[in-house]
Amino acid sequence: MPQPLRPLQESPVLRFALVGIALTFLGVVVGLPVVAVFVEALRKGFSAYAEGIMDPYALSAIRLTLLVAAIAVPFNLMFGVAASWAITKFDFWGKRFLTTLIDLPFSVSPVISGMIYVLLFGVHSALGAWLMDNGVEILFAVPGLVIATIFVTFPFVARELIPLMEEQGTEEEEAALLLGASGWQTFFSVTLPNIKWGLLYGVLLCNARAMGEFGAVSVVSGHIKGETNTIPLHVEILYNEYNFVAAFAVASLLTLLALVTLILKRIIEARTAHH
Amino acid sequence: MAIHARNINKRFGPFVALKDVNLEVQSGELVALLGPSGSGKTTLLRIIAGLEFADSGTVYLDGDPMHDKDVRDRGVGFVFQHYALFKHMTVFQNVAFGLRVRPKDTRPSEEEIRDRVMKLLQLVHLDAFHNRYPQQLSGGQRQRVALARALAVEPKVLLLDEPFGALDAKIRKELRRWMRRLHDDMHITSLFVTHDQEEAMEVSDRVVVMSHGRIEQTGTPAEVWKQPKNAFVYDFLGNYNEFDGWKDSHGTVHLAETDIIEIPLPPDGKKTAGWLGRYPEFSSLVGRVLPGLIESTAPILPMQKKTVRKPTSGTPVKIYARPHEMWITKTPDKDHEYIAAKVVHINPAGSLIKLELERAGGQFLQVEVPQSVMDTCAIVKGDTLYVRPTETRVF
Repeated sequence: MPQPLRPLQESPVLRFALVGIALTFLGVVVGLPVVAVFVEALRKGFSAYAEGIMDPYALSAIRLTLLVAAIAVPFNLMFGVAASWAITKFDFWGKRFLTTLIDLPFSVSPVISGMIYVLLFGVHSALGAWLMDNGVEILFAVPGLVIATIFVTFPFVARELIPLMEEQGTEEEEAALLLGASGWQTFFSVTLPNIKWGLLYGVLLCNARAMGEFGAVSVVSGHIKGETNTIPLHVEILYNEYNFVAAFAVASLLTLLALVTLILKRIIEARTAHH
Repeated sequence: MAIHARNINKRFGPFVALKDVNLEVQSGELVALLGPSGSGKTTLLRIIAGLEFADSGTVYLDGDPMHDKDVRDRGVGFVFQHYALFKHMTVFQNVAFGLRVRPKDTRPSEEEIRDRVMKLLQLVHLDAFHNRYPQQLSGGQRQRVALARALAVEPKVLLLDEPFGALDAKIRKELRRWMRRLHDDMHITSLFVTHDQEEAMEVSDRVVVMSHGRIEQTGTPAEVWKQPKNAFVYDFLGNYNEFDGWKDSHGTVHLAETDIIEIPLPPDGKKTAGWLGRYPEFSSLVGRVLPGLIESTAPILPMQKKTVRKPTSGTPVKIYARPHEMWITKTPDKDHEYIAAKVVHINPAGSLIKLELERAGGQFLQVEVPQSVMDTCAIVKGDTLYVRPTETRVF
């Protein structure tokens, strides 16, 4: 006798078909490329892989990427916390505008944001000319890379924190103030512990994007080998030079970063599920 | 420490939350701010605490104007409806918070903090729970932690915003009795917000009834219950029945009801039927037990239809009466006017039986009577009763 179907349960054939399609699709679109990166990187053995990474230009790209992330991520951490704090705990004129502005980098193509900085700091603009006269290099130098990266990644922390802080409301902060705590004491002993997992999550995503950003950085970098090439830019150059093993070797670093990010993300999600 | 709020006005956009509110709480008093949601009671409490700012008007604590004083410097203890405990801190850390954030020169030593916190936890019967986190406690326990936390900084005034609002009925009763006792022991000036009239009556020394951003009446529970100033206060404090009436030139109030009622005609000629005739149930019972006695007197009462006229002179008024201020009978006398109504529901739970009656016009009446009346009148669902208010109020 056939088993009666439970509500919300499809027939076994359909279930297998749906799960099969989903898995196949994910395998082809996501799984294969990830495997391909490592296969290509290790095609000529581990020594060729190591050589690709230990190349002075590659090392300089890694150093530059770490430097840019080391500046952009803490900056966005502070900006994100400050903006979410202001938006969720206070009422002020222009609040909606600020909220909309935070979303801007998500809705603008990264290439466009790079272009905006070229227009802003380029020699043809008044600001650019003034900066050049005073010997300040922004475009085609580390400051330009940092500014472009900050712009592209600034929504991550704020976007993560705003809904969280909105949900938590302001009662605990009010209670702390009524008990005599100062603003800073309230922030560090009440607000921060309540948002720490959301904050970590935002920082993680922000960091992944900061290290992997290509579009905006590509426009402002100038691609000077050993000076203004970040990892993604270096991968592109190697690839264009048909140096596939080295290109994939360096790319594998970004892939590893992505995998570590995913694992940490899962851990954070598991921790926050308890609260 | 006394609380004075003078001419407080507050708007939220177009919504007027408080209109020229004047409130006075004497030192050591326990006062309830009672009103429906949206009446401005919580806003007033938050303005006194310094969490909200009045558009105009001043709050004085112990005579000192508070308008330029920060929340932290007001010396106010505040208890939130949803506890607002610090989730990531233990019970002990929560209570100790207000002491630990003090600047070095006024901060007690760790040992003193320990002593004081444990004493407070004993006071709220939670000393055994000092290592627990808020989410490991029940609602009632959490609110007690919140109270201990507010008391730890030795506030001069305690403000409570619907402190029992999130708790279930039984815990709520227990906790408010306990709060009353605590107040009697500590005599800290307390102001608490509630929408529950029973709670306000049970706990407070004085009740401040609010609606639409204004104070309607201030007085002891007995005063507001016995002498409500207006229809709103009367309505908010309990159930009631409403009748049309009119006031004559002497100021006497009459019922003006148009219901057609039937009144038995007094049987003439037979002396004994005079009093017995009013109780047909009783006389039929007597007749069954002692047929000889009743034979000559058993009245067969002819019924007379009577229409009560609407008033032709005087001012029309509304007459109000509480459910327990209603007189019911199955056999109306001719000295009073009655309203006929059918029993549609009987709720036997509680010290008084609650009857729901429906009048000929479809209006409902609420009546509360003791069990003994139910028994002597033998009331069942579907009976027609004759009803009149024993005490009436006109606003």
